[in-house]
Amino acid sequence: MTIKPKNEQKIWAYTFLAFPLLLLSIFVFFPIAFAFIVSFFDWNLLIPDKPFVGLGNYIELFKDPVFVKAIKNTVIYTLGVVPVQTFLSLFLAFIMNQKLRGRAFFRTAFYIPAITSSVVTSIIFVWIYSKPGLLNYLLSSAGVDSNIDWLTNPSTVLPAIMMLNVWTTSGYFMVSFLAGLQNIPASLYEAARIDGASQWKQFWKIMVPMVRPVTYFVVVMSLIGCFQVFDQIFVMSSGGPDNASTTMSYFVYQNSFKYFRFGFGAASAVVLALLIFTVTAVQKKYFPPEAY
Amino acid sequence: MKALRLQKILFLAVLGVMTLIYIGPFLFSLSISFNADKNVFDWPIKLLPENFTLDNYKNVWKDLPFGKWLFNSVLVTTIQTFSNVFFSALAGFTFARLEFPGRKIIFTLLLSSLMIPGIILLVPKFIVLNELSMINSYGGLILPGLVGVTNIFLMKQFFETIPKDLEQAALIDGCSYFRLFWQIFLPISKPALAAVAIYTFQGAWNEFLWPVIVSYTEDMYTLPLGMASLRHELLTDWPLLMAGTILISLPTLAIFIIFQRYFVQGVASSGLKG
Repeated sequence: MTIKPKNEQKIWAYTFLAFPLLLLSIFVFFPIAFAFIVSFFDWNLLIPDKPFVGLGNYIELFKDPVFVKAIKNTVIYTLGVVPVQTFLSLFLAFIMNQKLRGRAFFRTAFYIPAITSSVVTSIIFVWIYSKPGLLNYLLSSAGVDSNIDWLTNPSTVLPAIMMLNVWTTSGYFMVSFLAGLQNIPASLYEAARIDGASQWKQFWKIMVPMVRPVTYFVVVMSLIGCFQVFDQIFVMSSGGPDNASTTMSYFVYQNSFKYFRFGFGAASAVVLALLIFTVTAVQKKYFPPEAY
Repeated sequence: MKALRLQKILFLAVLGVMTLIYIGPFLFSLSISFNADKNVFDWPIKLLPENFTLDNYKNVWKDLPFGKWLFNSVLVTTIQTFSNVFFSALAGFTFARLEFPGRKIIFTLLLSSLMIPGIILLVPKFIVLNELSMINSYGGLILPGLVGVTNIFLMKQFFETIPKDLEQAALIDGCSYFRLFWQIFLPISKPALAAVAIYTFQGAWNEFLWPVIVSYTEDMYTLPLGMASLRHELLTDWPLLMAGTILISLPTLAIFIIFQRYFVQGVASSGLKG
């Protein structure tokens, strides 16, 4: 039932939406289309002439060893962080789901890295990872002789930033898992206990399957975040040493906003976006949120 | 029974160790920020500084353009938060309650834009703002973040839970749609508005990628960008750097502690949607 004439509703609706839609058109919808267009031109901020080059930028990208390395780094980064982070946050949620005292305190503690500015956590970890820093100190106190500068060593820089990433976001995902675990009916556990199932068995046979929708959400969010990792790379290593930590989003930034090669930079961003689409589509098809 | 208690102790021990890992780094940075000694790399590393001082917190304001960066951050965050709260409520109300041609198409379009990774928007957004001569200006920093699709979606979801009877009476009395929104819907949506405000605040305050791209000169930096720019210059003055990072973290930490339930509920419901 409508009380007011449809026409009046229409006018109000368009008036209310005018400003939000105008802004979203300028800063979201138009840029989506424009990104593809720019990627077909040799578009440089500093050069007025912008010739059409077709797929030229894309061809150049895949011939560029730095871009190939950036893809490799991004894939390593994602493959390393997502499983560790997902499992760690599920494990933490599992422990938090026991009826233990001080749960609210622990939850806050685990969540703090997630709400803190990425610049802040990165700066703190620059100190931790430096040669005379906390990590080496703890390692040598434990009897492991470690004397490397984690962020300037090409073989440790990426794993070091990956560890930081797991540390910052696992608390956030832990809260998602915890909510999922708390929705599992208590009768399921009781039945399992009567059948004599151990805690370990309950974890794998009840909790893991029951939180599958949450796991799906966590993996998607974590994948999208890892593929676009930027802040930590910028602050901690600037992609170095020798591009050992250059990720795809850092490559996009460097080419677009340091060299102002907009066409080339936009093309690399499109490749990254397509990669994210493909991976999330594959996940949706082969590991859907609801199974069984 | 004994096994159960043992298990409980084990779990608590794990939680204790994890807590140290998760907040330990912050405690060290807090400790360094009070250190009077510029050389913070003496082994063994101590949790408490030998020479305690508050000077680093004073020098942040004196030696760095910290005040200016704070002003920029507060300006950007405040405007974006108010704008998001108002416009996402207005748009959410429109999608939830008004009939108009194109409603479905426009809303689907909005939702599908959420699937686009932000990284591909950077170059086009920069070109648009450059055409508007807004690079390295407050306009460039603020405008792209005034309205967020996620917030509109959140408000629409919320308004759809409100029973229709509420507005029928008002509309029969000849109340206009804006008054309906402003006087009837807004006052009862405080929890949803608070959630939008909190998420937007946290996001805007911590935002790094966009300011890096759009701000060129030091006077246009926001706090995270300013602190990041010091990371390379100030490697010798860790106490000052840490004092700055502690100061930046305080607002988000305070808001998180006061409004914890919004975070936990928000994450929880988004998790269950999946």
